[in-house]
Amino acid sequence: MAEPLLEVKDLKVSFRTEDGLVRAVDGISFTVDEGEVVGIVGESGSGKSVTMMSVMRLITDPNAIYEGEIFYKGRNLMGFSKDAMREVRGEEIAMVFQDPMTSLNPVYTIGWQIEEQLNEHYDLNKGQARRRAIELLAQVGIPKPEQRIDNYPHQFSGGMRQRVMIALALSCNPDLLIADEPTTALDVTIQAQILELIKNLKRDFGSAVVLITHDLGVVADIADRILVMYAGRIVEEGDKEQIFYDPQHPYTWGLLGSIARLDRPRTRRLTAIAGQPPSLINRPRGCSFRPRCPQAFDRCSVEDPALTAKVGGGHLDACHLSVEDKRARRDATINPELAESA
Amino acid sequence: MAAFIIRRLLWMLVVLFAISVLVFLIFFATPGVDPARQMAGRNPSPETIRSIKHEFGLDRSLPVRYGLMMKHMFISRDLISYGSHTRVIPEILSATPVTLSLVFGAAVIWIVFSILTGVAAAVLRGTIFDPFLMILALIGISIPVFWLGEVVNLVTQSRLHDSFLFSWVPPLGYTPLTQDPFMWFKQLFFPWLTLSVLYIGFYARVLRANLIETESEDYIRTARAKGLSERRVLFRHTLRTSMITFVSLFGLDFAVLVGGGALLTEVVFGLPGVGLLTYNSLTSLDLPVIMTTVVYAAFFITLASALVDLVYAWLDPRVRLA
Repeated sequence: MAEPLLEVKDLKVSFRTEDGLVRAVDGISFTVDEGEVVGIVGESGSGKSVTMMSVMRLITDPNAIYEGEIFYKGRNLMGFSKDAMREVRGEEIAMVFQDPMTSLNPVYTIGWQIEEQLNEHYDLNKGQARRRAIELLAQVGIPKPEQRIDNYPHQFSGGMRQRVMIALALSCNPDLLIADEPTTALDVTIQAQILELIKNLKRDFGSAVVLITHDLGVVADIADRILVMYAGRIVEEGDKEQIFYDPQHPYTWGLLGSIARLDRPRTRRLTAIAGQPPSLINRPRGCSFRPRCPQAFDRCSVEDPALTAKVGGGHLDACHLSVEDKRARRDATINPELAESA
Repeated sequence: MAAFIIRRLLWMLVVLFAISVLVFLIFFATPGVDPARQMAGRNPSPETIRSIKHEFGLDRSLPVRYGLMMKHMFISRDLISYGSHTRVIPEILSATPVTLSLVFGAAVIWIVFSILTGVAAAVLRGTIFDPFLMILALIGISIPVFWLGEVVNLVTQSRLHDSFLFSWVPPLGYTPLTQDPFMWFKQLFFPWLTLSVLYIGFYARVLRANLIETESEDYIRTARAKGLSERRVLFRHTLRTSMITFVSLFGLDFAVLVGGGALLTEVVFGLPGVGLLTYNSLTSLDLPVIMTTVVYAAFFITLASALVDLVYAWLDPRVRLA
């Protein structure tokens, strides 16, 4: 088997605070293959962004502590010097952020900002950089790019700005594109356009994509593989079919149950997952999801479930329930009306 | 652009008019102020006072007196001081280069050093140097300029004047740049430093706060994600956007100083500038001089705020279209 593009091994990221050590990411391992689209799903504070920001080594907080290894094309990024890391950032791994309204510098034209990145990584003259920037803007679907290139970010709408951000990220043909909630700040029709764009560009540029989101609906369309994160850990990992049609972890059930589905009759309110995520300073004993889990039993409060393959086929989950129990119980959370009629 | 300039010029006229009327009214509403009595000397006869009043137009109605003063100030430019009986306009014109020399030099020093200090403190955040620099800045802000000036004079003019360090310091006073540039520089060197200390401290603190605030902006993270060097992120992204507050503060502070705000420094170092003139006219309630210096100061302040708006539009494209 070929070497994965990105391999994260037992990554732990914690932050020293006045209240104690916050374990934002608590020992996660995963791989991303070349050209693959991986969705990382979880609610706010589950550690999805911190994980990918760590891959880019973009966390500037001096109180952050890292453990573990991040291999990119076989090289451990954790051991990279600042300068070596700068070569990777933007050129090999690029990132699109959540809020396009604040992620572009308001005082420079978008052309200037794209050319700045091109010039940082390539030896181009002014005309070449500008032509390349116009080309990129055309590729992400900005109309009249040769005029719009001299506009400032505030002259664009949110969706257009996110397209600019994507153009910026793709400017050096990165092998890995990290999209951190790229559609969260946009309205629904624009969300669909941006996802479509990412899908198409992924095909044209051949980059692998890590798509971070709190919305399973967003990854349903484009992800090959999905990681579900909860409280700084991966609780379930599998390909798209496995996660959507054979979900193993009660937390994933909760996420699936809270999606509004248009292919089912709308008979009742969406189910929400009760309670709040646990404190990352004092993690509860046993399974982190236990306090919110309707399926919890004695073993859950004693023993921390490990992420293991129980159903096979690269489908991992961290839950003590037996596969049969899970399959029997999950419909009550995901589709209550189907469960009742059965 | 042309519309902007015309609008600002009209606005400037309105402000100048309003300020001159206000100062005029305040002066005449001040109890116990009778310029004619002051000018007439000791124990004047009622006839003398009356003739002086007539001569200076003080027996006319208030609007007429205001009109006369404006006519003398701007049209015939022969406004006479009540105190020294000299013409006010030439006096202001000869004081202006002194003040401009003082304020320009100090401004260069304070811009350079406040940026250096502010950037150094922001970059060295988390080390001992940041609080050290900020305490230094606070001391600079807290030292009264007249006290600092006197101490500087004591050291450079008296106690250590004969040592090799300060033997080059010339006596207090002002030599025009056109007459002897080197002497001009030497005489203004310590006044520049003294005047700029307060502003270095203040601007360094403001800039540091702005830099730290900007540092947490999303677009700074984007800049890092692009693979830019820390130096480039700092100078082209963080500092560039942080300068917006700095520039707007600078324009107004600079104008206030040119308009006579450097009074204490001018008094301590014996520089015959606009501040000194204002100070003297205020102590003797010399209305023509007060009026002229106030209008002069207001002129510079409105001019500076117009310039600040222009620079602001250059620094921040978001305000250009507004």
